[in-house]
Amino acid sequence: MSDIADKVKKIVVEHLGVDEDKVTENASFIDDLGADSLDTVELVMAFEEEFGIEIPDDAAEKIQTVKDAIDFISANS
Amino acid sequence: MFDLTGKKALVTGATGGIGASIARTLHAAGAEVVISGTRAEKLQDLAAELGERVHVIAANLSDRASVDQLAKEAADAMGGIDILVNNAGITKDTLAMRMKDEDWDSVMQVNLESSFRLIKATMRGMMKSRWGRVVNITSVVGVTGNPGQANYCASKAGMIGMSKALAAELASRGITVNCVAPGFIATPMTDVLTDEQKSAITGGIPSGELGTPEDIATAVLYLASPEAKYVTGQTLHVNGGLAMI
Repeated sequence: MSDIADKVKKIVVEHLGVDEDKVTENASFIDDLGADSLDTVELVMAFEEEFGIEIPDDAAEKIQTVKDAIDFISANS
Repeated sequence: MFDLTGKKALVTGATGGIGASIARTLHAAGAEVVISGTRAEKLQDLAAELGERVHVIAANLSDRASVDQLAKEAADAMGGIDILVNNAGITKDTLAMRMKDEDWDSVMQVNLESSFRLIKATMRGMMKSRWGRVVNITSVVGVTGNPGQANYCASKAGMIGMSKALAAELASRGITVNCVAPGFIATPMTDVLTDEQKSAITGGIPSGELGTPEDIATAVLYLASPEAKYVTGQTLHVNGGLAMI
């Protein structure tokens, strides 16, 4: 679990170019971390590559916070 | 002006009259280029002429796997793709009454779908580097229509619409997507026309002459340049006044 969380946070920091301490579990990609719609697509694709999973579009739409991503990946990898 | 030093460009259909001129022009402006096409010998000749900063990758754009392979090999060869010129195109002209499914399918596949697949495969790298130029070579007939070319006109009009959608999607990442629409250009394809046919054509062109491949290549160079950063989703018509849109 913490391994997944660490990897997710690392990807978010790299892709969005934000400070690590801002990437809390409840942080919203768009509202708190300044992501736009393209960024969220890039994040989802980065998660898919890193964890070797497929995130369907309807699931991807629901991934709005760091915690959403960690929960989905934990349940599906 | 229009210095492409350090930029990496992929040009499809580089064995054709227009494609070869585009490759030469981008190369002369300093870009490293991958030239792609179906005729390996012609590609090698062009590569030999250009000398350094050039890679040859043969590809069959009517085959999806070959298109994806081209994008990958081109990026591997140059360490990325900054400029993509979708120039490859085919015609299968016949009146719609006589048009076979395969005439429609092959033209849409090579002209439109392969362009989309190549853009899709290269856009992530461009997004990461926050810089990219996509130039799609369409045609005046994609806007005006032309009898006997329902498939070709549809594919070229499709490129214009696709370019607008992608321009809107990618503008925030420093990527522009534009079209160049040639009119009648003197190439090996038009060399076979008789003088009478040629004068019938040029009679309808206000400038009174056919365009040259260089006329098209120069328009591509502009749209591929850093200076054209604020131009996106546009179609630049290069046709001697044949159609003013």
